[in-house]
Amino acid sequence: MNDTITAADLLPLLPLIVTTGVAVLVMLLVAMRRNHTLTCASTITGLGIALIITVLTIEYAPQQVTPLLIIDQFSLFFTVVVLIIAAFIAVFSYPYLYRLHDEVEEFYLLLTVATVGAIVMVSSNHFISAFLGIETLSIALYAMVAYPLHSKDAAKFPLEAGIKYLVLSAVATAVMLFGIALLYSQTGSLTFVNLVQANIEAGVGFTTLALLLIIAGIAFKLSLVPFHIWTPDVYEGAPLPATAFLATTGKAAMFVLLLRFVVDSDALSFPAVVTALSLIAAASMLGGNILALLQSNLKRILAYSSIAHMGYLFVALIAVSGAGAGLGIEAVSFYLLAYIVMSLGAFGISMVVSSSEKEMDFVSDYEGLFWREPWLALLFTAMLLSLAGIPLTIGFMGKFYLVLAGVSGSLWMLLTLLVVGSGIGVYYYLRIIYRMLMPATDITPFKEAGWASIGSYAVLAFLLAILLILGVYPAAVMGLIESVSNIL
Amino acid sequence: MTLVMIIILLFAGGLVAWLSEYANAGMPRKVTMLTLAVCLLLVFVMVSGAGPGVAAVDGSWFVYLKAEWMPRFGIYFQLGVDGLSLLMVLLTLFLGVMATGAAWSEITERAGFFYFNLLWTLAGVVGVFTALDLLLFFFFWEIMLIPMYLIIAIWGHENKNYAAMKFFIFTQVSGLLMLIAILVLAYFHYLQFGVYSFDYFELSRVRLGNQPEMWVMLGFFFAFATKLPSVPFHSWLPDAHSQAPTAGSVILAGVLLKTGAYGLIRFTLPLFPDASAAFAPVAMSLAAISIIYCAKVAFAQTDIKRLIAYTSVSHMGFVTLGVFAWNIQALQGAVMTMLAHGLSAAALFMLAGGLQHRIHTRNMDEMGGFWAKVPRMAVVALFFSVAALGMPGLGNFVGEFLALLGAFRVNVALTVISAIGLVLASVYSLWVLQRVFQGKFTDGQYSIDTLTDLGRREMVFYGVMMAGLVWMGLYPQSFLNLSAMTLDTLLTGLPR
Repeated sequence: MNDTITAADLLPLLPLIVTTGVAVLVMLLVAMRRNHTLTCASTITGLGIALIITVLTIEYAPQQVTPLLIIDQFSLFFTVVVLIIAAFIAVFSYPYLYRLHDEVEEFYLLLTVATVGAIVMVSSNHFISAFLGIETLSIALYAMVAYPLHSKDAAKFPLEAGIKYLVLSAVATAVMLFGIALLYSQTGSLTFVNLVQANIEAGVGFTTLALLLIIAGIAFKLSLVPFHIWTPDVYEGAPLPATAFLATTGKAAMFVLLLRFVVDSDALSFPAVVTALSLIAAASMLGGNILALLQSNLKRILAYSSIAHMGYLFVALIAVSGAGAGLGIEAVSFYLLAYIVMSLGAFGISMVVSSSEKEMDFVSDYEGLFWREPWLALLFTAMLLSLAGIPLTIGFMGKFYLVLAGVSGSLWMLLTLLVVGSGIGVYYYLRIIYRMLMPATDITPFKEAGWASIGSYAVLAFLLAILLILGVYPAAVMGLIESVSNIL
Repeated sequence: MTLVMIIILLFAGGLVAWLSEYANAGMPRKVTMLTLAVCLLLVFVMVSGAGPGVAAVDGSWFVYLKAEWMPRFGIYFQLGVDGLSLLMVLLTLFLGVMATGAAWSEITERAGFFYFNLLWTLAGVVGVFTALDLLLFFFFWEIMLIPMYLIIAIWGHENKNYAAMKFFIFTQVSGLLMLIAILVLAYFHYLQFGVYSFDYFELSRVRLGNQPEMWVMLGFFFAFATKLPSVPFHSWLPDAHSQAPTAGSVILAGVLLKTGAYGLIRFTLPLFPDASAAFAPVAMSLAAISIIYCAKVAFAQTDIKRLIAYTSVSHMGFVTLGVFAWNIQALQGAVMTMLAHGLSAAALFMLAGGLQHRIHTRNMDEMGGFWAKVPRMAVVALFFSVAALGMPGLGNFVGEFLALLGAFRVNVALTVISAIGLVLASVYSLWVLQRVFQGKFTDGQYSIDTLTDLGRREMVFYGVMMAGLVWMGLYPQSFLNLSAMTLDTLLTGLPR
């Protein structure tokens, strides 16, 4: 392996380079010419260009670029997804931040930097690049979560949320680093080496301990029980675009990294690790759903529901061992895609009716939405039904994949808990829908941002289309995911 | 192709009905009625154009089509109509017309959205009755749920939120268990034949061990037993039926319950013959318990719709009994009961709903002595009560008699216990009649002027249903011929 980077190496790295370029461009714009519209437009355009370049790069994959990054179809697929999410969030942030009479443009800078971190995460098969990606994403997210909105009616406690997230995330990262260090001390290498074949001198117990530490750190980021305490508070306290980004890219990039690590290191061959993952999954599915029953704040409900969905995903992850490995990887990929679409839609609807001055984050704010804004209510209903896993939506196809993966791995206990969890989930999703159906009493009307929201509505319409089309005719995407997953 | 057109027409009709409300407040119900009439016509076109024996595996199918849908997992858009499905589809569309008639003047708020939900529920049900690909079946099974939930949640009565939520959660959780069972079956197909398949005929070839077969069968059974409903999964039904608007109750009682029975006949017993045979004593005991227990509970109700709801559970117990007896008489009895109960329960709910619409109460303590005031309604109620209790000459008797006859050959004790249910049926049917229409006229909280008799439109609907029940009672062979084709095939076993 050459120690120098050649031109041939740079070609697959183009998406990453372009995205970084966009970040630099936004920074320069902030320094030279402050203009919200210009910054937002440049961000979206830059991300769009990066997207096109990513698609063009596919023919150069797979390639290991430096020992740190692997650019294959799997990582490129998720790079595309991450870039699209970032562009959509930028579109949603525009009307949200429209009236903020303060520094607004830095938000887009943070968004782009976080995207760079996410792209590094999905392309890494080395602990150093993984750590770099995680930290880049996290530090940008700390600032996004704590973004000052100067409004008591908006995101209630951005600073509190930011500090909570920062401190706990730092602890989790430290735990993860400890695990990585333990592995390094035995294998002598920081790549995702196959731990079963590495013949670790200190024995299985040592490896298991190291893996559990790493998993603990990762489980924090994925907000799984029992590392989930930060989630509802941070979701509630952060501005909506930051929450949406955290819920989608924050989770997706981390999960892709975890998936690649699990596959490359064969971590599921260690029974203690499988037990730990199963316990975490079970606790998350039950805990996430049960705790959501008590909430009346929409952001907190979505936070707990994301805990539950990550629990469901873990079921597919555990199925990645043995005969059902391919199916498990497909299931994780498809469900991540479905989860991103649903979450973006749900948060997007909140963002359309909210602004930095007042967020509509209580369920009671949406009372009678069917009669006030029927199309918005329909959108919201579709997203909620998808989260509940009703057929005709992409959420159901995701559940289908999950259950099939669970069946192939014979994970009967976990599947039963999945059913129980879904049943509980149905209750609080339907409760929101019911609230929207009730006749509207004295409700403050939504303050529209006017023409600035056009982009948001377009994105929401697109997400709805994806949700329905992939719920009814997913054959094309199924094939794509199958081919992408076979790379791993 | 006609079959696909029927389903698409139901979906599209729903959308048109919803949108037509903006044109004219009275349009949605007319659009709905028109859609259903056209669909009924198309059903006749579909069956007359092709006699039985068109395509497919065993020559008893009127219609059969299979199109690629999700090739990754061998999921096809596979539909088929044979004698049994034909009867069920006809029942569905017929009761759809009745429901529209019941809702004609009752639903005034957001009527367009109501008829949209009604038609989409019916579309889901028609899909359930004709789907042969197990995942497509599951799709339609779930599609039935949401529009019905909305019907109960928006246009229901005082406790609608609780009833709608309970209905949804019960059906959803049991449906998920069925999904796991379906996927286990598909996965075993993959293990044994190297390729995923959800095709009904392909999956019947899968060899499961004793234990797995029992579990998978139970997964299916939970879903269908919740829908039937069978004790102990029946507690959603009284709430859902009594809180739903009249048209919703008609569809729930007349059509949705039958999907559970249909699922048992089409999927559970043919796909898992050994496990079903082993489980039959348990299932038949649950059926007997349903019959007796729910009859007794019905007797204790003061809410008229709740009473009729419990009697529905009781009658569906006969269906379960017949299905698990698994011989030709019992199955024919089950099918006849499904058809006859569909009509009689729908009519009884229409009556109860009409009564509630007039006097705004369902409490039988506030009713009494109505015969003199509303003689037409009383006579119609008498007819359908008598039908429900199983009077020979009407359809319910044929069904229950055949079911008991067939079950007697399998399990004497349970049949005897279930037969006692016939006595109890007489008790509660005549009890309702006595309390509502006879006795002293109580001055309830309503004005007597609101208690108007049945109008011409309502008499037409009831008249058609009465004719149907008489036809079933006097000449059931016409129905039994159609179902015999399917049942004979299912009894001899699917081709393996």
